[in-house]
Amino acid sequence: MSNMISQKKKVDSATIISAVIVACVYIAVFIAEQTIAPTSMLFTVLKKGATYALVAVSMNLLNGFTGIFSLGQAGFMLIGAYTYGIFTIPVDQRMSVYQYYNGGVVQFVLPWFVAMLLAGLIAAFFAFLIGMPVLRLKSDYLAIATLGFAEIIRAVFQWDKLGPVTNGSNMLRLFPSFNDFNIVGADGRVSVYLSTLVPMLIAGLCIGVIILLINSTFGRALKAIKDDEIAAEAMGIRLASHKRLAFCVSSFFAGVGGAMLAMYQTTVQAKGFTTAMTYEILLIVVIGGIGSVTGRKQMIGNFEVPLLRNGFRLVVFSIIIMIVVLFFRRGIMGTKELPDLIRQWQGRGKEKGAQVK
Amino acid sequence: MWNTVFPYILSGISVGGQYALIAIGYTMVYGILRLINFAHGDVFMVAGIIMVYMAASGVPLWLCIPLVLVLTALIGFVIERVAYKPLRNAPRMSAMISAIGVSYTLQNLVLYITGGLNQLYPTIPWISDSMTIFGATTKVVTVVTPILTIVLVVALVQLINHTKIGMAMRAVSRDFETSQLMGIKINNVISITFVIGTFLAGVASILYFTNYTTVIQTSGAMPGLKAFVAAVFGGIGSIPGAVVGAFIIGIAENIIKGLDIILFKLGVTSGPMGLATFSDAFTFALLIVILAVKPTGLFGEKITDKV
Repeated sequence: MSNMISQKKKVDSATIISAVIVACVYIAVFIAEQTIAPTSMLFTVLKKGATYALVAVSMNLLNGFTGIFSLGQAGFMLIGAYTYGIFTIPVDQRMSVYQYYNGGVVQFVLPWFVAMLLAGLIAAFFAFLIGMPVLRLKSDYLAIATLGFAEIIRAVFQWDKLGPVTNGSNMLRLFPSFNDFNIVGADGRVSVYLSTLVPMLIAGLCIGVIILLINSTFGRALKAIKDDEIAAEAMGIRLASHKRLAFCVSSFFAGVGGAMLAMYQTTVQAKGFTTAMTYEILLIVVIGGIGSVTGRKQMIGNFEVPLLRNGFRLVVFSIIIMIVVLFFRRGIMGTKELPDLIRQWQGRGKEKGAQVK
Repeated sequence: MWNTVFPYILSGISVGGQYALIAIGYTMVYGILRLINFAHGDVFMVAGIIMVYMAASGVPLWLCIPLVLVLTALIGFVIERVAYKPLRNAPRMSAMISAIGVSYTLQNLVLYITGGLNQLYPTIPWISDSMTIFGATTKVVTVVTPILTIVLVVALVQLINHTKIGMAMRAVSRDFETSQLMGIKINNVISITFVIGTFLAGVASILYFTNYTTVIQTSGAMPGLKAFVAAVFGGIGSIPGAVVGAFIIGIAENIIKGLDIILFKLGVTSGPMGLATFSDAFTFALLIVILAVKPTGLFGEKITDKV
């Protein structure tokens, strides 16, 4: 027994410092939001960053930690975004949104967080169905099959016959967006700005759950699968069920991320969820470092700032990506997390012997 | 019945021929490097863009076509040297990500150069003319494509089966290291594979864009993916397989595009079903079915994994 207790992971100073840093970031965002004009570029970057960070982390759970090369993320985001949109458009607005389909068939509204949860669950359910045939395939075949599924989902959602539910190829709009998180005073003016903080908190919460998952027995099993499937199986890890669960969990968070994207964009159209979107997320994962969670957030924040002309920014972005892919094969953060960096930094001051554990 | 269906089959055969030319590039590269060259569809698009700009700058059209083909092949060569060669011993996932990165870079470069606007493809005389075949009116390119495809494929198969470089390709695709020990310069063989693949993609781009007339940075993505599906469907690594797969996919896709009208004229349905939405989805459904039932494709070799 005592052996087990001593093996229990100690909460070291680095973890605490990381937590403090995260908390400080949130407080800074909150203060900034009350003082800086809400139209500032900073908030757009932070909102988009939060959304993409969540999706990228969810993708990394598959690609980085489990070694399943899935390219279906855009499809699951689409499911999430549509689920959220369909269930949150106010009833009195439905006539104008579903103008070609007589107001649509869904005639009730769910609170946003329920709809968001539902978005994740439905995405996970689809992942379960898709996973049955697809997860039996290997590396590149799996990639191309998941990519194909994303395209099929995109086509199905645009089908005219499903119009009363999905509004066909027309866009969904008028559902609650990030701006509805602001607390409006009695005089109709915004008293407390929360439109950036709440999405960051949602993303932070989801990423926190994923981190806990990665550090659990389940997460270790996934890493073992990534390193060597056969060895992992020999150690008693059931490949099929672990992969399926990882696929569903990743899709759940991709679905939530899709709902957040819907809120960020304020409109949803199936046309936008193309393979290019999956590629973009994959490249964020790669830049941040496959196998690291903290890599995500800063990177997207840094690069999405449109300092330069639109097209040129993308060219620079893609060149940076190629450099990272070719020369820093493990990404900027590698497999290191924020606490590891702090530990490294602390270690530098100490004697060499102290670093060796 | 025949008059309703025939135009769709005709354009299906034409599109199938274009897919076949792209699919060969995928299948050859996969056969040798075990790499899905995600950038291949974008090379095809870049070939279209080069043609647009070259024709606009006043180069005579008869000179444009060979120049475009040479330049496209050169791009393929450069991409392989810059983006794939350094990663030859890296895990397969790295190379695949690098391919996606190249695809992304090419698309963004073209977006930057063109400003994201549709570019009008120059009209190439003769193959852009209209003609009537068995009562269906179409462009000459529709008839030329399958013929040209078959000729090129036969030439390619001859090259692979009866020349020294073809033998080297077959050896490298069978076993990398052993062929290196036998004195084959694998880097040259891989470069030649890329050059042939992108050259054929260049030919396909001339035929394809003559038919569709506009080029934009994303117009390579879908044909690229479909050609890849065709390659998998026919059995990746097999050139006849890729061609057969491409024709099947091209024809099926075009029939689905016209399925609403066909069914209506046959009296099966009374109104539009909106089935044309599924013309792309069908391709991928076919892919998943073939992967689930026969993962090696129609003509693929059985691969056994060594532990």
